[in-house]
Amino acid sequence: MYVYDAFDAAFLATRNAQFRAQVERRIDGSLTEDEFKPLRLMNGLYLQLHAYMLRVAIPYGSLDSAKMRQLALIADRWDKGYGHFTTRQNIQYNWPKLGDVPDMLDSLAEVDLHAIQTSGNTIRNVTSDHFAGAAADEIADPRPYAELIRQWSTDHPEFQFLPRKFKIAITGSPNDRAVTRAHDIGLRMVTKDGKPGFEVIVGGGLGRTPMIGKVIRDFLPERELLPYLEAVVHVYNQHGRRDNKYKARIKITVHEAGLDTIRAEVEEAFLRIRGEFEAVDEAVIARIRAQFTVPDFLSGGAEALDIARRDPVFRSWADTNLAEHRHPDYAIVTVSLKAHGATPGDATSEQMRVLADLAERYGHDELRISHQQNVILPHVRKADLAVVHAALKQVGLGTANIGLASDIIACPGMDYCALATARAIPVAQELAQRIDDLRIEHEVGALQIKISGCINACGHHHVGHIGILGLDRGGVETYQITLGGDATETAEVGQRTGPGFAYDEIVPAIERLMLAYLEIRAGDTETFLQTYRRLGAAPFKEALYGPEKQRNAA
Amino acid sequence: MMARPFSPKIVTANALLEGDVVYLTEDDRWSRRHDEAELIEDEAHATIRLLDAERQANVVVGAYLADAKSGPNGPEPVHFREAFRSRGPSNYAHGKQESY
Repeated sequence: MYVYDAFDAAFLATRNAQFRAQVERRIDGSLTEDEFKPLRLMNGLYLQLHAYMLRVAIPYGSLDSAKMRQLALIADRWDKGYGHFTTRQNIQYNWPKLGDVPDMLDSLAEVDLHAIQTSGNTIRNVTSDHFAGAAADEIADPRPYAELIRQWSTDHPEFQFLPRKFKIAITGSPNDRAVTRAHDIGLRMVTKDGKPGFEVIVGGGLGRTPMIGKVIRDFLPERELLPYLEAVVHVYNQHGRRDNKYKARIKITVHEAGLDTIRAEVEEAFLRIRGEFEAVDEAVIARIRAQFTVPDFLSGGAEALDIARRDPVFRSWADTNLAEHRHPDYAIVTVSLKAHGATPGDATSEQMRVLADLAERYGHDELRISHQQNVILPHVRKADLAVVHAALKQVGLGTANIGLASDIIACPGMDYCALATARAIPVAQELAQRIDDLRIEHEVGALQIKISGCINACGHHHVGHIGILGLDRGGVETYQITLGGDATETAEVGQRTGPGFAYDEIVPAIERLMLAYLEIRAGDTETFLQTYRRLGAAPFKEALYGPEKQRNAA
Repeated sequence: MMARPFSPKIVTANALLEGDVVYLTEDDRWSRRHDEAELIEDEAHATIRLLDAERQANVVVGAYLADAKSGPNGPEPVHFREAFRSRGPSNYAHGKQESY
């Protein structure tokens, strides 16, 4: 875990003091809202539907117990005792009062956390693989690079007023768990001649115009990471369209200018600025890497897992919520924040404290937040899994559904967000409840359902196997379905099925899709996505809308 | 061509300090309750009341006119977004519904 040095701490203290003074001046009337708004947004403070919202970055999704406990304390002291983990590895507090926010930010600074650049047209929180540092398939831990990018991008003078927001994701594994192909820049670690480097993907993104990112550089040596990133953002900053908000993201710049043109300009800029970074980066990355040490893993004890598996409740949880660890006697535990009927991504302060305690006691003091809105204990000995599971169950965190139909991503939607066009949370709640009532999710197997409450796609609906998009159609909440999306290294944007469904029709519609899949799949091992790819949309459309002939007659 | 008839409005905003949804009343208070809002049936008067609200920039943020209709206890929301704003979120009994 990276620990702030004196420079980091001083920078953050100064920034927080500045914002405290800005809040005071807003409250005493010296600043108008027009003057104050960009200042509060630079510090992660939004004004939403019912209240202010503070969005706190969890850099590359990594936390330790001290940070998690502080997030719980903040939830209790200044909010309503819970927090909402988002698809960009942030935590959002939904009910802060304006006058309290400077205290919240100081409280965050005590544990090296901040809300800087969680809004605005800047480089946002760098997201990463939530199994970073633990995954069996990992080439190298991506977090030192992510921290390097955080330091480089924070308050970067050239990139404070980009044409639009800019999102970077990084993974150290060939299996992409960080949705790198749907980011402005995606970095995927690869090796060439035994040396690690990055495949650089550019111009991916969801939202109004979903696009899968394109490879702009198939191998970038690790020491050239920052100058190359700087070159990409520099070229985007010059060419990105400031005349039209809907065409301002780099995906449109790349699409309109063409990948080859952008690549040539980036390479030219890269050659120009590379010299400024030489030697500096290597020293900095070495210093950062020294803080992401591999825990002292304890060998042995794996047989305890086989004994624990005799308990069917534990076995069910182990089957879905455990992933392979780089050490044979350890497992990666994904803790579901998707109890059936609960709000996806929400954790109470009590749950946060239990997670912190478990991380400290059984998990080498490490936690991760996933873009799928769950919490990960990345390093748990197989010997300790039964006791960890029992402790999780006590506080409603024992749900065995990771990767299944009820492990739904949902944005806050119109229950909180001022931009939303329809609700997302209650659709997720009712759908998960229905799935549980039917007891079919283990039979259905791997299925990702993702719900967004507006076209901006914070709920990643485009890359859900089943995507749901909530819209306002003539003053009525309407939900469009997309099928066949894929968030992994084989990323694809889902295709719309047809007309949307009313609020009270959407859960039965998704139920019909799942039942149709069970009917038409080629055996138990063919997943929903595989069936869709084999048969196309036709049988699913029939499940949604009835036989084609009937539809044409109507 | 006939001008489109004016649909009744209320003035709504968020309170500067709490961020809570507020409504402008006929006697120039900011109420937390939708049914206490002034229902404005005249377009010119609506423009004036919005200007009145915007002048109070140190009390409220983001004042705007929202469609509303007359109900037995006072103005009621027309659009579902305004209905949610008048209640609070649907996943927890937080916001205004907490105190009802």
